[in-house]
Amino acid sequence: MNAAERESLARRVAADLRDGDYVNLGIGLPGLVANYVAGDIDVIYESENGLLGVGPAPAADDVDPELINASKQPVTLLPGASIFDTTTSFMMIRGGHIDIALLGAYEVAENGDLANWTTNDIGRPPAVGGAMDLAAGAKHVWVMMEHCTSDGQPRLLSRCTYPLTAAGVVSRVYTDLAVIDVDQGFVVRELRGGVTFGELQARSGAPLRLSIA
Amino acid sequence: MLSSQSDPVRAVRTNPKAKSPSPGKASCHAANRDLLNKVYASVRAALHDIPDGATIAIGGFGDAGVPFGLIDALIEQGARDLTIVANNAGSGQDGIAALIAADRVRKMVCSYPRTSGSVVFEEYYAAGKIELELLPQGTIGERLRAGAAGIPGFYTATGAGTILAEGKETRTFDGRDYVLERALVPDFAFVLGAVGDRHGNVRTHASARNFGPVMAAAGRVTIAEVREIVELGGIDPEAVTMPGIFVDRVVRIAR
Repeated sequence: MNAAERESLARRVAADLRDGDYVNLGIGLPGLVANYVAGDIDVIYESENGLLGVGPAPAADDVDPELINASKQPVTLLPGASIFDTTTSFMMIRGGHIDIALLGAYEVAENGDLANWTTNDIGRPPAVGGAMDLAAGAKHVWVMMEHCTSDGQPRLLSRCTYPLTAAGVVSRVYTDLAVIDVDQGFVVRELRGGVTFGELQARSGAPLRLSIA
Repeated sequence: MLSSQSDPVRAVRTNPKAKSPSPGKASCHAANRDLLNKVYASVRAALHDIPDGATIAIGGFGDAGVPFGLIDALIEQGARDLTIVANNAGSGQDGIAALIAADRVRKMVCSYPRTSGSVVFEEYYAAGKIELELLPQGTIGERLRAGAAGIPGFYTATGAGTILAEGKETRTFDGRDYVLERALVPDFAFVLGAVGDRHGNVRTHASARNFGPVMAAAGRVTIAEVREIVELGGIDPEAVTMPGIFVDRVVRIAR
């Protein structure tokens, strides 16, 4: 995806967030979503390192090195924010208090399995961070990802090939080509980027059902 | 592993009667050896008893909350064959990365060892020179919390059905699978605060709080690096993020 496509995807996800949602934004693409949420609703962002009410990045001359997000980037706090420790943060995450975890992924399977933490590279350390906590604990797990890998392989699959982050947790997938619900298989709710259903199916590794409202 | 007699903090702490200053006696003051005083003038003294093979929990998420001064002093102190419990495995050449580069770390217990700039850990890992126990971030926190709270273990849905649960007991409650995780009680905890006092109360700043409070509570011996030491009462009780009961030693390190 180029910058315009990433922005378009972030805008599309942002349009589905509602007033009062507590949302954890994962590392990577999800971080863009905060930039596009409508100004007339309150969406409250949680950062796993211990912040609720995360705001936009600060001006360069107003950076506090001890105020960072999950991606280790400097952030600001909005009015109404709170600061807490790791165990309180993971009580929120593991205890079902987060409405939506927006995560990136390598692969999603038609049964909702999520793979987003390791590609089994030999000699490179795996890194899981809070991904398994979020995947197992959030009320809803939504994935944002490029529909295919950089060499054109599908990421929507019958079964994940990489080790799982959690089994059967993903309820919705947003890609550059479609919005897809996971409900006893992949259900296409929206086609994006001018793609036809036939083309989308050809770029997916599992059967798709078309159900556009 | 540490007897109370071997701990110089214990040697100066005292006579409960001295806690009410009598007329003519110096008022409560950090310099009064009769009163509880966890402040160490020297970081070297605060780290004197860390043995080879110790397990040390080190606070921080990214660079925020990392007690860099204590890690530098640990490198100088020389303990080796260490197990380090921390969220990350260091980046650049500082902090935990420097400790690894000095060949002091046998094993990392962490959630996210591969961050931008984690070159030292990645090099040691690729060369098979360091062990890695990878755990979900919340599981590290909860294992420490259990250790601090006297809970020997707990079941969590996090990681169930994944390769990180292999070899761990799994049990089904109400139709969902949970993984048994054991409590973690590190020999030492290194934490960072903005401000501390002689009772060991610490106030952190912003997202530097992260693992500090739970590591402080879990560590058998907790050492807090602070930027400033204030008189008792100088920290608003509502703002204390690590109550003094959890903190054994306080060292001011200007960085």
